[in-house]
Amino acid sequence: MNIVVLVKQVPDTYSERKLDASDGTLDRDATDAVLDEINERAVEAALQIKEANDGSAVTVVTMGPDRATEAIRKALSMGADKAVHLSDGALAGSDAVSTAKALAKVIGTVDGFDLVLAGNEASDGRGGATPAMVADLLGVPALTHAREITVEGSSVTVRRETDDGVTVLTAELPAVVSVGEKINEPRYPSFKGIMAAKKKPVTTLSLADAGIDAGEVGAAGALSSVTSAQPKPPKSAGEKVTDEGDGGQRIAAFLVSQKLI
Amino acid sequence: MAEVLVLVDHVEGEVRKSTFELLTAARALGEPSAVVVGAPGTAQGLSSALAANGAEKIYVAETDRTDFLSPQVDVLAALVESASPVAVLINASADGKEIAGRLAVRTDSAWLNDVVAVSANGRVGATHSVFGGAYIAQAEAKTEHPVVTVRAGAIDVEAVAGAGTEERVEVPAAAGRGATVQSTEPITGGDRPELTEASVVVSGGRGVGSADDFSIIEGLADSLGAAVGASRAAVDSGFYPHQFQVGQTGKTVSPQLYIALGISGAIQHRAGMQTSKTIIAVNKDAEAPIFEIADFGVVGDLFQVAPQLKEEIAKRKG
Repeated sequence: MNIVVLVKQVPDTYSERKLDASDGTLDRDATDAVLDEINERAVEAALQIKEANDGSAVTVVTMGPDRATEAIRKALSMGADKAVHLSDGALAGSDAVSTAKALAKVIGTVDGFDLVLAGNEASDGRGGATPAMVADLLGVPALTHAREITVEGSSVTVRRETDDGVTVLTAELPAVVSVGEKINEPRYPSFKGIMAAKKKPVTTLSLADAGIDAGEVGAAGALSSVTSAQPKPPKSAGEKVTDEGDGGQRIAAFLVSQKLI
Repeated sequence: MAEVLVLVDHVEGEVRKSTFELLTAARALGEPSAVVVGAPGTAQGLSSALAANGAEKIYVAETDRTDFLSPQVDVLAALVESASPVAVLINASADGKEIAGRLAVRTDSAWLNDVVAVSANGRVGATHSVFGGAYIAQAEAKTEHPVVTVRAGAIDVEAVAGAGTEERVEVPAAAGRGATVQSTEPITGGDRPELTEASVVVSGGRGVGSADDFSIIEGLADSLGAAVGASRAAVDSGFYPHQFQVGQTGKTVSPQLYIALGISGAIQHRAGMQTSKTIIAVNKDAEAPIFEIADFGVVGDLFQVAPQLKEEIAKRKG
């Protein structure tokens, strides 16, 4: 089985994230970049399916600046076999629609994919629909927010879990599946895995290599534009008291004064 | 005036409140047209509520198709073609965002996602609250008929009656292979309000210490009719389920009142709750960063303070 995993380098959610004041895009230099946690779960899910299906290969696909190679290395050291990295200066400022179009083109360069796995929502953009958009473009079914994935023969079944409930979905392969937080606990790369990752093939594609029209991506191809972005003034601290046995009463009094109870 | 399509979110024969919010928002852009997609007989029970909340037109697209979310995408794509709407408004839920993203790709439209306000000034504009309210960004669509997903609870419903004229529309045959629904189970959230819609949220952090002791958080929440939240530290420690996590990698909440108990207030957590109108914090550590954004803070033991507060609230309720 040929499995493709979409991964993304994101700002660490434990650091403070900023928007660039000049163009309203994410200031990627202001924060540490890491492989998004949810992608590690997608990689783990891919590896588990690979291990259960002899002769499978896992290809990592990402788009982003050069430093996205760190995210690729992490996925390869976990056990993915190879990677394709779409990297082109013209991609900067791409919106959700053009990102999905570019990813669909890159997936198209991977020979005969059966299953595309992705995280359900990146922690930075939080669009939460890229996997479904890519599926629509590829003309294959989207089974999203998976809590469980079962691949049997030529079909895939997913237990989809969202705030609205649980839906069991099934589809014929090839298909796109996005995984949720609870799908699994990703493995740590072993020392052997880290060493092996250094020798695994990483193909870097430019837009032209992937057959993508530069006018369709990046800030130029974006279908919407951010016209202003301002930090909201931080909330200032109010009153702070030390509990002297009456802390609960004092909160209640404060809530009454604010007409909240 | 041009139409604005509003996808109706309905469950068990009821229109969800978020749809009424969309109908209110739609009036800033044009004439609201509600779009009902569902099994045969669905629209009948929804029409009067939609008309009462401002739907001038109600497109009824009923079908036996069982492919997941694709009927909604197909129907909206056909209506974008035939009705040339100013915009398509959809609730920013998991399903709504998926429908929106696919529709934007199909119709080559801009997608303005997770917006808290919409406006029209030649182009359709939207306001985003980014990184848990740390930034306010304005964006505008550069295409016709943009798809706009609106955050639930961001818009106050103003019920203004509309004509509610029904118009049946053909549901196209499935365009491609889809995922088929085998079964569905709604989530039973219990009696507490939904976390992102609640006007009061009581959250516990690592300081709660154990899953059992989260009953203190729940007890206080119930006395206030509040939703229960948890910090990432509490969720990672296994004290409370992930679906209740508030923060950068969990839910973003913006209630009238947020009570943080035993939560230090790392950026990770603050990003999910700092736009709350009033914030109360209880923490043993006087230096905890949560106090920097609290309107009222008590340095003390939550196991002393929370039960006493609950008792005071009960007294006032009589």
